[in-house]
Amino acid sequence: MIKDITLGQYFPGNSVVHKLDPRVKIILTLLYITALFIVTNFKGYIVFGLFTFIIISISTIPHRFVFKGLRPLLFIIVLTAFINMFMTKEGVILYGIGPLVATDKGVEMAIFMVLRLLFLIMGTSLLTLTTSPILLTDGIEKLLNPFKKIGVPAHELAMMMTIALRFIPTLLEETDKIMKAQMARGADFESGNLLKRAKGLVPLLVPLFISAFRRADELATAMESRCYRGGDQRTRMKQLITDKRDYIAIVVMIALIAALIMMRLL
Amino acid sequence: MIIRIENLYHTYMKGSPFEKQSLNDVTLDIAQGEFIGLIGHTGSGKSTLIQHLNRLIKPTKGKIYILGKDITDKEINIREIRSKVGLVFQYPEHQLFEETVYKDIAFGPLNAGVSEECVHERVLEALKFVGLEESVLEKSPFELSGGQKRRAAIAGVIAMKPEILVLDEPTAGLDPAGRDEILFQIKSMHTKLNMTVILVSHSMEDIARIVDRIVVMHEGKIAMTGTPGQIFKQIKRIEQMGLSAPQVTYVMRALKDKGWAVKDEIFTVQQAKNELLRLLEGNND
Ligand SMILES: Nc1ncnc2c1ncn2[C@@H]1O[C@H](COP(=O)(O)OP(=O)(O)OP(=O)(O)O)[C@@H](O)[C@H]1O
Ligand SMILES: [Mg+2]
Repeated sequence: MIKDITLGQYFPGNSVVHKLDPRVKIILTLLYITALFIVTNFKGYIVFGLFTFIIISISTIPHRFVFKGLRPLLFIIVLTAFINMFMTKEGVILYGIGPLVATDKGVEMAIFMVLRLLFLIMGTSLLTLTTSPILLTDGIEKLLNPFKKIGVPAHELAMMMTIALRFIPTLLEETDKIMKAQMARGADFESGNLLKRAKGLVPLLVPLFISAFRRADELATAMESRCYRGGDQRTRMKQLITDKRDYIAIVVMIALIAALIMMRLL
Repeated sequence: MIIRIENLYHTYMKGSPFEKQSLNDVTLDIAQGEFIGLIGHTGSGKSTLIQHLNRLIKPTKGKIYILGKDITDKEINIREIRSKVGLVFQYPEHQLFEETVYKDIAFGPLNAGVSEECVHERVLEALKFVGLEESVLEKSPFELSGGQKRRAAIAGVIAMKPEILVLDEPTAGLDPAGRDEILFQIKSMHTKLNMTVILVSHSMEDIARIVDRIVVMHEGKIAMTGTPGQIFKQIKRIEQMGLSAPQVTYVMRALKDKGWAVKDEIFTVQQAKNELLRLLEGNND
């Protein structure tokens, strides 16, 4: 039930996209988002859409899986469309109900904004879908390294993210188990008014917090007894390697951006 | 038949890349008053199967009848089923949450709609059954020792007075005395109240000495069923499934191989003792 959320989930696979160096992938994702803002006309969006479609196909992730990630954000997407459609005052009026007036410019804006949002979400979820959490945080740590000089605790941040990501499935599992155990004793998490439901969560939350604290404690002890200390002079078992495919990916991305700039200028 | 399971299938996370078939065509009948031992290698589907019995998990396919009622039916009163089938989970002490032990044990019966007075009686009764002192009632469950917590949690299920009691490894991680005591209590509850009990356990010794019938699961299927004698005499077969016979069986087999005139179909320490005494006394004559 709770496990149905796909946003931010990792989808194991063996494609080229999966194998890219996570540092490169993060930078490419940032470039992808930037490129999104170069596009200002329909032709550009078609090129952009095709590009996205091809990348998803190469990644071997089922398209419906990527689309499923959009569902939790449907509300924001609809709201964006609504605001853009009715708040744009220029252009020819198409129709109007009372104070709500939609112009041709407004409709165009709404479509563009929605497309932008869709690509934004799909692009970023492609990053998390094809990169295991460990690699992702490794990549972030490496990219943040230069900022250590100005006091950014890169290693600590990455370690915190790794631990948090590591424990999400564990906590979900634990929630599921405790919920079932209490339901077996007749607890009801689904019906009743808001107050009753909030009260009904006590039998779930108390054991959950206790176990989360216990786990945190155990983990800290385990790390300390193995002499963990952050950051400096730590070596890694798996080094991140930038390969030929990474350079090709970078070239492809630059080509896309160049093409989009050309289309805008012409 | 108090429990009837027909062609039950279950798959976890159906439709995702993590899909995992956990039950594969399980058919099983359990009679009123039976004491069933459910064994199987880790991951064989034991916990999945028992969670179907009070609809904590819905089957992918198949039917389950409890006391003659089809509980896979959408219209069924889930609360009623859950108060008839008491389920004690693995490490049940992790579900304790109330301020006092009393309130925690009373949680189940109160949810089932039992009146306050009856609840009081039931709490005391359940407490006695699991062998706890009345002085713990006003303590916080988090002050108790591990073994006491386990007992309090089991009492929380027993207080619901289920007709069918299902326990998932209730003695895992307890000391030997605590383990024996809890098993003994379960057995005596079974005899006194004529309760139907399903016990999941990895301890072949415990299973051999207290259950009437063993159900062996292997890779989501029911591989064998029969009395402890019938099951444990097929040592080869159960070893192939990653299980074993009780230790004492191996001892008796070894003795027989050394030329002692003992029966090798011995599954409990008690039986072994009688057999050895018989042999020694026979020799003295
Ligand atoms: N919540 C879940 N999500 C996905 N798969 C699961 C889940 N629970 C169990 N499984 C899988 O289903 C199979 C059966 O698990 P189950 O817990 O029923 O085994 P078990 O016989 O109780 O094992 P154990 O003796 O270790 O308790 C296992 O392969 C397990 O990995
Ligand atoms: Mg289990």
